[in-house]
Amino acid sequence: MAEKTLMKGNEALAEGAVRAGCRFFAGYPITPQNEVPEYMSWRLPQEGGFFIQAESEVAAINMLFGAASTGIRVMTSSSSPGISLKQEGISYCAGADLPIFYANVVRGGPGLGNIAPAQSDYFQATRGGGHGDYRVFVMAPNSVSEMANFPKRCYDVAFKYRVPSMILADGILGQMMEPVEFDFEPVDPSSFPEPDWAIGGDASGRERRVVKSYDLRPGRLEEWNKERAKRFERIEAEEVDWDGEGLDDCELLITSYGSCSRISKSAVKMAREDGLPVGLLRPITLYPFPKKAYQDLAKRVKNILVVEMSLGQFIEDVQLSVLGKVPIHFHGRPAGGIPTAEEIYDIVRKIMGK
Amino acid sequence: MYQGIIIAGFGGQGVVSMGILLAYAGMVDGKYVTFFPAYGAEMRGGTANCSVIISTDEIAAPVVGQPDSVVVMNEPSFSKFEPMLKPGGRLFINSSLVSSRSKRDDIEVIEIPVNKIAEEIGTLKIANMVMAGALIKHTGAIASEAVVKSLPKVYKRAKPEILKLNEVAVKRGAEY
Repeated sequence: MAEKTLMKGNEALAEGAVRAGCRFFAGYPITPQNEVPEYMSWRLPQEGGFFIQAESEVAAINMLFGAASTGIRVMTSSSSPGISLKQEGISYCAGADLPIFYANVVRGGPGLGNIAPAQSDYFQATRGGGHGDYRVFVMAPNSVSEMANFPKRCYDVAFKYRVPSMILADGILGQMMEPVEFDFEPVDPSSFPEPDWAIGGDASGRERRVVKSYDLRPGRLEEWNKERAKRFERIEAEEVDWDGEGLDDCELLITSYGSCSRISKSAVKMAREDGLPVGLLRPITLYPFPKKAYQDLAKRVKNILVVEMSLGQFIEDVQLSVLGKVPIHFHGRPAGGIPTAEEIYDIVRKIMGK
Repeated sequence: MYQGIIIAGFGGQGVVSMGILLAYAGMVDGKYVTFFPAYGAEMRGGTANCSVIISTDEIAAPVVGQPDSVVVMNEPSFSKFEPMLKPGGRLFINSSLVSSRSKRDDIEVIEIPVNKIAEEIGTLKIANMVMAGALIKHTGAIASEAVVKSLPKVYKRAKPEILKLNEVAVKRGAEY
């Protein structure tokens, strides 16, 4: 692998997508993700790809629908209010089984909120976001290297199951710089076989292909949705990812995702230095959620502490996983409030009576 | 070794630029590094700040709560960041512009007239590099050769003679 380079999270995300075969980007500016379209605007033409600054978020996501219909790897990115605007189009892509990829570099909400880092779009990301019965494959990086390497996994899953995929980041991950190491060689999208659903004009007389999310024939949409649900079942069985530390002997389990998990990791380190058995479980995929990892730990740990940069969203998936078997404590800071390792460790000591 | 550093000053003083250089040089020097800019409504003449972490161990939290070192390039930064400094930490003051003096007795204060030194070398624009030199000297966080080596990598469009001035500035700062 090449030597490490120092990159901003947003740039790493864009470069990672290009190396993973992205050849079409449509977006609209919003802080704190502006470096993504900026980077794509000069980088994609180098690879023969297309960059479009759309007239709005709604236009951008619908351009994605069109481009994705032709079977190529596409991307859009935005931050919270902009991703809300895109939900209608994302739902249409999900309904048409289009494998799109997008990133939400989350800022404070609701409404126009502020431009500070936050994690308050968890529900929106993991519950589908738009209308209808669908999910989105959601990855939560916690470093600039992961911002660079996760787009490839998102594309792979999106194309394997024909579902939308996304990266849920935040203002810290978008703006911070760290050394980056790519864990994959750049892929050449022209080497991919044309998907058997892609449209694009074909005079060979092959069967007509239709990309749409609409079916009024009685019973047909129900069947279609059930078939898609089976794909989500497979995703839940095969695509879960998480990591952790200190899990073998911990009595108190801290759990966080994304940039917040790094702060929790500092708190775990402080606890371990004082000899307290504290561990960290960090979901890498938020949908599918690593339920089994929590269920296994729920048999052994005495307490779980959920730390998130929102007021109680991620905690619901933890609660749904452990189903009341272990007391769950909560520490949340919304809308630009960033927990410190010291404040997390104070809560840890209180729970453990130390 | 772990150094959480906050660098603050007016927009245009090269605060963010200095932070990126230190992070890059730390990486070249084989350390773990993170850089995080305050990305609010910063503009030229307004205030800017960024945080840099340089560590021999993997960096967990990328956010600097209580800095080991604080660089204040202008007066408003002094009142904002001097109180945050960790006991035993180092406060680097641009004494050309900052007239406040710390009343804390639990920190080390390093006063450097970086504007004056930069002008002696040839241009005010390299005042941040004088400060960078002093910072790496006093903290020992990065080898100065790594900083010099990083200059052309970080300032890719700078002409050789400008890079040379920056190099001189880093070295002068390190003598301070």
